[in-house]
Amino acid sequence: MSFYQDYLTYKDIDIENFIANVNGDQVQRIIQKPVLNKSDFLFLLSPAAEPFIEEMAQRAHKISVHQFGRTIVLYTPMYLSNYCTNQCVYCGFNAKNKIERKQLTLEEVELEARAVSGTGLKHILILTGDAKNIASIDYLKDCLKILEKYFTSISIEIYALETTEYAELTSAGVDSLTIYQETYNETLYDEVHLKGPKKDYRFRMDAPERACEAHIRSVNIGALLGLYDWRYEAFITGLHAEYLQNKYPDVEFSISLPRMRPHAGGFQPEVITSDKNLVQIMTAMRIFLPRVGITISTRESAAFRDNIIRLGVTKMSAGSTTVVGGRTQDAGNTGQFDISDHRSVDEMMLSIRELGYQPVFKDWQPV
Amino acid sequence: MDAAEDYLEIGGRKLKSRLFTGTGKYSSDALIPEIIKKSGSEVITVALRRVDFHSHVDNVMNHIPKDIQLMPNTSGARNAQEAVRIARLSRKTGCGDWIKIEVISDNKYLLPDGYETIEATKVLAGEGFVVLPYVSPDLMVARKLVEAGAAAIMPLGSPIGSNRGLKTKELVRILIDEIPLPIIVDAGIGRPSEACEAMEMGADACLVNTAIASAGDPVKMAEAFGKAVSAGRQAYLAGPGTTSEYASASSPLTGFLNE
Repeated sequence: MSFYQDYLTYKDIDIENFIANVNGDQVQRIIQKPVLNKSDFLFLLSPAAEPFIEEMAQRAHKISVHQFGRTIVLYTPMYLSNYCTNQCVYCGFNAKNKIERKQLTLEEVELEARAVSGTGLKHILILTGDAKNIASIDYLKDCLKILEKYFTSISIEIYALETTEYAELTSAGVDSLTIYQETYNETLYDEVHLKGPKKDYRFRMDAPERACEAHIRSVNIGALLGLYDWRYEAFITGLHAEYLQNKYPDVEFSISLPRMRPHAGGFQPEVITSDKNLVQIMTAMRIFLPRVGITISTRESAAFRDNIIRLGVTKMSAGSTTVVGGRTQDAGNTGQFDISDHRSVDEMMLSIRELGYQPVFKDWQPV
Repeated sequence: MDAAEDYLEIGGRKLKSRLFTGTGKYSSDALIPEIIKKSGSEVITVALRRVDFHSHVDNVMNHIPKDIQLMPNTSGARNAQEAVRIARLSRKTGCGDWIKIEVISDNKYLLPDGYETIEATKVLAGEGFVVLPYVSPDLMVARKLVEAGAAAIMPLGSPIGSNRGLKTKELVRILIDEIPLPIIVDAGIGRPSEACEAMEMGADACLVNTAIASAGDPVKMAEAFGKAVSAGRQAYLAGPGTTSEYASASSPLTGFLNE
């Protein structure tokens, strides 16, 4: 069994029809319910819930303070390699894109690690493209030996692995996995992933479960907002997170809400997810899944990120770059996408404090 | 007993305050000294996963007054082995010999794993730690923890962080009656009145974190909890009067027989 079986039940759901008759009274009752079911969640994503976005935000804020306190865990991404064999139409690393390809040497990893560590961060997210022969498991394990000297929590955002490979990496010090389904619409998934190993929808969907079987500590999932109807993507993302929480009670789950950003290749989003839409997704998610973490990256602007901190965000990146070696080398044009919030870790820390929240640099200790 | 001579003794340390506090969920660790001062708390728990001695940014440890008893906890441990490793790391990094064992492998209810907790307690008590295990209020588990060398038992009032109050009251009462170690109600207490109730019943102390940290004014709430715990203790020492289904006249009816 995997989430795919549940997905088959919902994949063809006619959302528009399902939420056509929901009214404001229903929405208001749902906002105050102690436990929500799947339909409640979908109703909170409906147009009928839009006028009640302030009520949703108030409830989401209360739940978040109770569940997580007034704290935001900080992390930063470190791109190790941008070699890629996939052709994903929305991604700057697309194998067809003529960008400078690069993979950090171990010496360069050490330099980058030192530079990041100098900002005080203890949580790092390492990323690669999908080129298993270049950014191999062995290469990653060598990098981990260096990174564990500087960081207490190491997450990976790389190509989907087999269970035994996840186990190799968790034994080597990885505690968290980030993997996005990009779009839960299986037909569209096939259309936007033109070539490469990532074309296998099911293998990617099952990746979080394989990592859990390999005793990973936490898993972060999400859909890339901009490819398809945001209501559908948010709904299935929520169901996926709920399924994982129930199946693996010893693993912590979080979701990301990445909105598409400008990137090499220039593919334009098919669907615009407005700030208001994003707030609706985030607050609905928080009310539906009180203990799921919510991660917001520097894809979002500084002003918007500051505004949504109180609505349920638990983790934020800071001092980010999507360029391989972006902290210690000439930037070049190797980035995956353009970031929007360019604040340094220090600036981010001050902003969070000004909002009455505590920036948390360390929330994990390898044992 | 005179309240002035009333101490709770754990691991050789005499504690005047019976309110234990925590360090999680605050908007700023800088609140901690004020929380401690206003509540009178002398014991504070801190998750070792959050402690960073090498941090040049800030460190929760910088905000904990030196005369306060530190009770590091094993938050994040999913089995006995991990709890033991965290405890050893805690001692090695200078956090002392006290260790609150938390072994949790269910993130939904955050209910502790009694079996793994007993295993960890055996090992750590053998290594000279002052072991304070966080458990469900189960008499058999508590008895095994006594045998394993625990310094106190910390049963939950309701699921951790839930603020739902003393839902396990009858089971905690059994531990108070049967277990020859201090019983510290840990987790679930949402209001000062509930902490007071636990103390009136004979609990030896209460640990409160979320209810203070998530309050509108955490410092004021910490003070309220300090007073409630102390009032409950005093009531317990005073020995509450019996209860009755009906009203009873406060002037005896048969006083004339003694005239």
